[in-house]
Amino acid sequence: FPLPHWSRTRTTSGEPGGEREREREGERRRWTRRQAAMIPQSSLPSHIASGPHVSPFTNSNAGLQADHRSEDIHVPANAASVPFAVAPSTEHAEVNLGEPRKHTTSPYVTGNSVLAIKYKEGVLMACDMLGAYGSTKRYKSVQRVFKVNETTIVGASGEISDFQYISNLLEELTTQDFCYDDGCTLSPKEIHAYLCRVLYNRRNKMDPLWNSLVVAGVDTAGESFIGSVGMLGTSYTDSHVATSFGNYLSRPLFREFQRDDMSLEEAIALMQEALRVLFYRDKTSINKFILAKVSGGEGVAISKPFALDTKWDLKAFVNPSKHAVGSW
Amino acid sequence: AQTMEERAMATERPHGFDFDLCNRNAWLEKQGLKQLKPWSTGTTIAGVVFKDGVVLGADTRSTAGETVADKNCEKIHYIAPNIYCCGAGTAADTENVTGMISSQLELHKFRTGRESRVVTALTLLKSHLFRYQGYVSAALVLGGFDCKGPHLFTVFPHGSTDSLPFCTMGSGSLNAMAVYEQSYKEDMTKEEAMELTKRAIRAGIFNDLGSGSNVDLCVITADGVEYMRNMDMPNPRTFTAVPAPFKVGSTTVLKHKVLPLEQSVTITTTEEEEQGGGESMDTS
Repeated sequence: FPLPHWSRTRTTSGEPGGEREREREGERRRWTRRQAAMIPQSSLPSHIASGPHVSPFTNSNAGLQADHRSEDIHVPANAASVPFAVAPSTEHAEVNLGEPRKHTTSPYVTGNSVLAIKYKEGVLMACDMLGAYGSTKRYKSVQRVFKVNETTIVGASGEISDFQYISNLLEELTTQDFCYDDGCTLSPKEIHAYLCRVLYNRRNKMDPLWNSLVVAGVDTAGESFIGSVGMLGTSYTDSHVATSFGNYLSRPLFREFQRDDMSLEEAIALMQEALRVLFYRDKTSINKFILAKVSGGEGVAISKPFALDTKWDLKAFVNPSKHAVGSW
Repeated sequence: AQTMEERAMATERPHGFDFDLCNRNAWLEKQGLKQLKPWSTGTTIAGVVFKDGVVLGADTRSTAGETVADKNCEKIHYIAPNIYCCGAGTAADTENVTGMISSQLELHKFRTGRESRVVTALTLLKSHLFRYQGYVSAALVLGGFDCKGPHLFTVFPHGSTDSLPFCTMGSGSLNAMAVYEQSYKEDMTKEEAMELTKRAIRAGIFNDLGSGSNVDLCVITADGVEYMRNMDMPNPRTFTAVPAPFKVGSTTVLKHKVLPLEQSVTITTTEEEEQGGGESMDTS
């Protein structure tokens, strides 16, 4: 399942694309002149290299009517028209450049837990395919695992739009790596370190990317790696990782049963048990999962969506108030 | 002089909810009194029904804020000879509520002449908790065996109840529930149920900060109750408070000097003492 195609020049209100392109060009030139002295020409992706945070999805503010029905692009015309955004500060004019600084105060479309465990030949990652809009199960085919290169996969829980932005950053990174053509590919450890810095820097600007990321992979030397980064920049590496509800429901099972020398079948069985428990006990979850594995010899493989068997017909559920009228 | 009726009316307590103490507490807080933090049992409690009975399990850590107040408290409370109840939430609330209902049940047992039923305890508990609208912070797992078979119920602080084949409560409930959901089978044997509950409580102990120390189990069947206090102690104390004494010769001896006491102390005996085993204290 490929990621939904994300077009950067998406218009929301029928404004001609050409005019906006010219405006963005002008702005980019303005930034380079201003920031050139402060920030040396680096090979970081454009959105980080150009100094203060600029989202790739912003348009010029002037005359643009915000389309509030679109959850993907949220560009307020003025502070009052958006209920949840912090009012953009107009004092820091030289930083703002007429564009609003967006503060993510609450996530809108969210994904829930991502689980990852090491096994003998590599790593296994699993998550469900739900993009929930609050308590509505809105998008049921969201792939929350992104393949970075032949050694690494990244899974995300939390705000889906921020995950799509992170996927774009990782794609830029991989493209640059490809263009270097030096025979080295980015290892999972390096991608994990990169994402730690991205998330921590965004958190320091009070504009976090609302995600809990899981980076998993096997580097060219054959060493497995699983790391986690949170929206505050908290990061750690371990043999097994879980985000969101998986922290409470899956981590006890992993601590009891996960071993670094498990076979693939054992790892898949353990993962399926953990996913089943999540489906039983997490409110915003659906019975549609994907598994992704990275193994030493074979690179990255992402499975097709599957469902698990669930048992709802326990005898005790049949007439629970038989002996306790008024209970349920 | 008041008549009998007037006196009765004056002392008659109003029916319904009585929140006088809440008003008093709010007033005290406004005066600047710092609210005492209740001792809470940040807890893992669990119960499961097996073929012939019920197994209840609990950890043994009691917390006051971020400190462990009691490392080995008892969270499985006696209600009746065939009914036991695990309690999570504020320790005072769980202990007193279960104690009250236990007394009421015993009086009821004398009145009816029959063995107590679990639903009686359930109804008494839920009525009491509902009267206090959740302010009595007691989350309970009630289990027992009566003439109708094994029963397992959860009672929430606001007074709602569930009848379930397995249930967990407390801060470690999600961790324990993961183990139950993974491994529960219908019609387990007693050993399987005990092992499952022990695993569930251990999941709470090792994955939740509010739970810790040891595992208590209580098995209730038609034959009676097996109360296994501290049946599993996975957190032994591995350090000694008092260090082991040092071996003779650990430290090099530099000088060795012995002073026999007779040289420095003169022992005299008076005539009275020689005669009659005299008084050591001079009372003259």
